[in-house]
Amino acid sequence: MSKQLRVNPIGCAGHGLCAELLPELITLDEWGYPLLPAGPVPRGLERQARRAVTDCPALALVLADAS
Amino acid sequence: MTHHATLPRPGRGQWAAGDADGGGGVLPRLMPARAVPVELDEHLGRFGAPPYRGAPRRLIGDVEAAGLTGRGGAAFPTHRKLAAMAAGRGPAPVVIGNGAEGEPASSKDKSLLWFSPHLVLDGLQLAAEAVGSVTVALYIHRNPRLHARLAAAITERATAGLDAAGVELIEAPHRFLAGEESALASRASGGPALPRFKPPRASQRGVAGRRTLVQNVETLAHLALIARYGPGWFRSAGTADEPGSMLATLHQADGRTGVVETMPGTPIADLLRLPAQAVLVGGYHGTWLPGAQAERLPLANAALRPLGAAVGAGVLAALPGDRCGLAETARVVRYLALESAGQCGPCFNGLPRMAGALAELAGPRPSPQAYADLQRWSGLVAGRGACHHPDGTARLVGSTLRVFAAEIDHHAHGHCTGTSGRPFLPLRADPPLDDADWT
Amino acid sequence: MTAITGSTALWYASRATGVVSLLLLTLVVLLGILVNRQGRLPGLPSFAVTGLHRSLSLMAVLFVAVHVITAVIDPFVSIGLAAVVIPFVSAYQPFWLGLGAVALDLVAVLIVTSLARAHLSRRLWRGIHWLAYAVWPVALVHSIGSSHDLRSGALLMVAIGSALAVAAAGLWRLAGAAREVPRAERAAYVLAGAQRQARRARAGAGNGGAR
Repeated sequence: MSKQLRVNPIGCAGHGLCAELLPELITLDEWGYPLLPAGPVPRGLERQARRAVTDCPALALVLADAS
Repeated sequence: MTHHATLPRPGRGQWAAGDADGGGGVLPRLMPARAVPVELDEHLGRFGAPPYRGAPRRLIGDVEAAGLTGRGGAAFPTHRKLAAMAAGRGPAPVVIGNGAEGEPASSKDKSLLWFSPHLVLDGLQLAAEAVGSVTVALYIHRNPRLHARLAAAITERATAGLDAAGVELIEAPHRFLAGEESALASRASGGPALPRFKPPRASQRGVAGRRTLVQNVETLAHLALIARYGPGWFRSAGTADEPGSMLATLHQADGRTGVVETMPGTPIADLLRLPAQAVLVGGYHGTWLPGAQAERLPLANAALRPLGAAVGAGVLAALPGDRCGLAETARVVRYLALESAGQCGPCFNGLPRMAGALAELAGPRPSPQAYADLQRWSGLVAGRGACHHPDGTARLVGSTLRVFAAEIDHHAHGHCTGTSGRPFLPLRADPPLDDADWT
Repeated sequence: MTAITGSTALWYASRATGVVSLLLLTLVVLLGILVNRQGRLPGLPSFAVTGLHRSLSLMAVLFVAVHVITAVIDPFVSIGLAAVVIPFVSAYQPFWLGLGAVALDLVAVLIVTSLARAHLSRRLWRGIHWLAYAVWPVALVHSIGSSHDLRSGALLMVAIGSALAVAAAGLWRLAGAAREVPRAERAAYVLAGAQRQARRARAGAGNGGAR
């Protein structure tokens, strides 16, 4: 089951770790908030995506089932 | 088919029915023929007692056949919401009638609750029965007179034994977002009217963690009539894809405003005195259309959606020729920015900056950056909040840049075609200052 | 309460690892505050701050474990296994050691919840993590009270230095919280900022663009 990156914008405080850990998929907008890819996470980057989710200090990043 | 009530008398949010329709006696349905609130005995005399079906789900088939869609703006098929709630397992769900329209330009829900509260209350009971709920509430903006009228109506019905479930009246602050589904659930749970992150939706975890059915009060009123007269009757108005009647709030170019009961498919030119410079369709999360284009369009999603517009909650405003569309929209976007819940970075950073840039474009000799900034920020905010506030605001701004492109050019050269700076589109004067303004 | 003058390797090991544990906990608290305030270590990315915070806290657990085990198996003083986690039941220095048990219990909760944070709600994890501000002072008082090591000489300097560092970081944390714009005021704050910027830009342009 492929996964999709989503962010809880209420919890997100713009720490920016996700963009550092997963630069292939995540960039930051001009205010420091993450811009996530629309499609599913490529298989090869799933491990890194999981790390970004665990390392987010605000626990705002989520790896959900792509629906 | 031009079925509609005649244009209303001056005054905000007042229902006025004249010759109810052009022929056929189809309208009015929800609103009384005379601009007088309907009391319980008159309601019972005209419609009879609420026709309970005796068990959950039985009403849903009729609602499906009738093709009723939500009248809160999203136009979601009502039967699907009811069926999903009825099919859910666990503790009995909560049913809440949403009368907090939030939109300063919309008065239809307030008018409906004022003039025909018993249709809404009937609908609330029937919806509750259909989904197996015994916990029912009505959610309205803080308004002492309306609150008193509704409380009295509820008490009267309880005394008469009409209601299967007691109805709680829940008050919301006068925030644009107060009627948003998750904000409603939060407020109804005792907290502030702030949108929450989804999932879970209110239908899964809403008021006090319980599954919650939220229905616009107009939708409930239609439900109350479908239960009595059936789907065939409901479909005798409107179009095949958008059946039934609908309430609309009209803002005429001469300043008159009022609520009318009309039906999807009605030409916009029958509702608004046109031609106008431009027409705002769908409220402050809606879309501007050029006046000449609006003149040829019916008020129906089938015609509006291909143009990037939607009926929404039925707000139509005709911009007078002497106003500047940029200045008007700049005021609205400033209001929308200040109504941000302040929870999501892209929203509370983007919307105020968009408001500033649009205010600059609405002024003389805007900086060359302002237009590009506004476009970039509109793109940056859409879809990145916990609710659709940034999306709707970006939609309004996008249509403003398109429809008033010529005006933008004028302003860049130091001219403005507007001759009157008097505010036209209605706004509230009380921006939220602290947490208390959200409860 | 008499000082222990007899020395066993175990007792020295316990004291030494105790000092290192305190130092590591100090660093962990400082790094935790740095994470919260979105600060950076020079030349390092943000994930280095969180990574160090996590690594050092796990290292601290290791040192605390050795510190505790050596103290328990040392035959010279009577500290039962129960006293490690149940405060104030040890025969030797029940109060000061009891504080150590309190700190240990809190650290255990912090570590376990943080290892499982992906499975906990944001609010729950965050609420529990606030206990970290309680752990450090308790650990410091335990350190000062349980032995005389920190009461003189270089180790006294270390204790004072740690306390000052944590106090300063704590004040920095409070200042950050005080300066934070309340949620209900954020949009208005950004709007005011945008308007100020526009006014300045207009004024600048009015002077022929001269700055």
